[in-house]
Amino acid sequence: MYAAPLIFTALGGVASENSGVVNIGLEGMMTIGALIGATVGYYLGNPWIAFLSAGIGGGILALLHAIASITFEADQIVSGIAINFLGSGLSLFLSRIFFEGTTMTKPIDLNHKMPRPFNEIFSNNSFLDLVFNQYITVYLSFLLVLIMWFMLYKTKLGLRIRSVGEHPKAADTLGINVHRIRYFSVILSGILSGFGGAAMSLAVVSNFRPTLISGQGFIALAAMIFGKWKPQGAMLACLLFGAAQGLIVYLGGTGANIPTQILAMVPYILTLIVLTGFVGKSSGPAANGEPYTKHDIG
Amino acid sequence: MKRNRVIFTIVSIALGFLVGGLILAAVGFNLFDVYSTMFKGVFSRPKYIAWTIIRSVPIILTGLSVAFAFRTGLFNIGAEGQFIIGALVAALLGYFLELPLVIHAIVVLIGAGIAAGLWGSIAGYLRAKFGVHEVISTIMLNWIALYLNNYVVSWEKFRRPQSEASYKILDSASIGILQQWKRTDAGREFLSNSKFLREILSAPVNWGIIIAILCAIMVWYILQKTTLGYELRAVGLNQDASEYGGINVRRSILTSMFISGILAGLAGAIHVLGVTKEVAILSFMEGSGFDGIAVALLGNNTPLGSVLSGLLFGALKYSGPKIQSTMGAPSEVINIMIGSIVFFTSMPSFIKIIASKFKRRRGEVKVD
Repeated sequence: MYAAPLIFTALGGVASENSGVVNIGLEGMMTIGALIGATVGYYLGNPWIAFLSAGIGGGILALLHAIASITFEADQIVSGIAINFLGSGLSLFLSRIFFEGTTMTKPIDLNHKMPRPFNEIFSNNSFLDLVFNQYITVYLSFLLVLIMWFMLYKTKLGLRIRSVGEHPKAADTLGINVHRIRYFSVILSGILSGFGGAAMSLAVVSNFRPTLISGQGFIALAAMIFGKWKPQGAMLACLLFGAAQGLIVYLGGTGANIPTQILAMVPYILTLIVLTGFVGKSSGPAANGEPYTKHDIG
Repeated sequence: MKRNRVIFTIVSIALGFLVGGLILAAVGFNLFDVYSTMFKGVFSRPKYIAWTIIRSVPIILTGLSVAFAFRTGLFNIGAEGQFIIGALVAALLGYFLELPLVIHAIVVLIGAGIAAGLWGSIAGYLRAKFGVHEVISTIMLNWIALYLNNYVVSWEKFRRPQSEASYKILDSASIGILQQWKRTDAGREFLSNSKFLREILSAPVNWGIIIAILCAIMVWYILQKTTLGYELRAVGLNQDASEYGGINVRRSILTSMFISGILAGLAGAIHVLGVTKEVAILSFMEGSGFDGIAVALLGNNTPLGSVLSGLLFGALKYSGPKIQSTMGAPSEVINIMIGSIVFFTSMPSFIKIIASKFKRRRGEVKVD
């Protein structure tokens, strides 16, 4: 449950960075998605419309990043940082406008949250119930990992995305429109991050508040690098993170005499240890971060 | 080239203000009123100016920290965590140590700086030894620092009863200017005659800005005038070439993160010694480190640029809440403005194109 928002967002990172555009703005895109999800969900009462609008919102923010970093050859890290400021600023700004000057949206009616497909199928609090009675966003995120993997490694489009990220010039020579592929990937990345934010504000909790996302976009970014820029790797990293967070809740519940603050550090320390020992050096797509200018070839 | 860069930056700032204004206008605020409120909120009284400078100091320093790391090829997202460690250690040393005036403050600053420097070095070490990307490790270290802070603040010998914060630091560790004196009888009497001084001293004026400027000069000196700086910059420009040229790249990375950490830690320490006098339990990242990234970027990763853009962002952040309190305009527009400014600085070619369009319209197209 804790992992789903991260998985959506990390997949967004995978999409963008495989095409060669660094996307540090995931955090901002996630934040705007969370706000739009919660706002639309509150006013329309339909979680699916809310979820889709959140994706569109994230996509629009990503479009800005795409225009800057693809068309105007901006420094992608700088532009991404700007997106983060814009995302959080716009979210709180809009929240104040839609919700009478507060930066916290009103809670969505529980019936209008994301559905739990396996609710009441298993007996209450049984093992199966605890494992499978999740919000549908959890299942969607796993499905998306599969789709993403298939798209990147089994389709022509995926091959193009990866070739544009590895060697844009060669791709261009072969007649691939580098800019168009990159625009597609970056906007897709924003849509997915928007979903990630909405998975937070429509499922995990039921409203938006300024601290809701605080850092999760960055954690998703870390998970993507951790997972070596691959969808399945990013998913595993997010799960590790979610599991560690679940462990905290579990250990906290057993009454073991460990201060909660120390427990809260565990996922982060674990990530660092795993990174040093098990993953080793990882490198992203070769042309990641480099703008591509088409010079007149012929 | 250098002049162009300055012009781009100024145009970006103007465009950022324009975007902020348009957004406010779109939701029905008069942007002239907004900007005049902000301007008055920063410049109309000496007290406001003092506050603006006080608010700018931490982000100037975190800006320097990020800029320094950037110049050496590292992206320090961890200024936030280093800031927290600096603040925490400053509060601990400021409360538990008993030393004479001045010496106490200096010891605290050095201790906090070193602690944060070591915190930054963890990321440097992981990068140098295991190849762990510093973006990931610093993000993790930010969170670990946050929870460590909360753990230490909850410690019963340190936590002020019935509060979410630590005990206040001892007066001997304060870096406030004339803070004690203004409470003495002589001070009160003197201040009642000088409105100007009274105004300024009503803000927690402290030595922070002087320390920040000294740090900026140091950073400039290290980067431009020393062998160490030359090596660090070389590693930043091309790691492989530097390795081939006999520079110990691993040690450079470690040194760079250490210095970067010191700068961010000083930001935290100054904030505690000069303004808050305590550390509190944090429920989320307060953002000085992230503001530092924006400051460094706008300042083109130079020390002087960091100081100037730190002052600009400090002014924006200080005046933001004022438009909210006086006219009910959402103060978050400040983050939108900062975002837009950074956004436009990221794409000089956009501004170039706009500029050339303007020239064309006026019929002064120059072929270069």
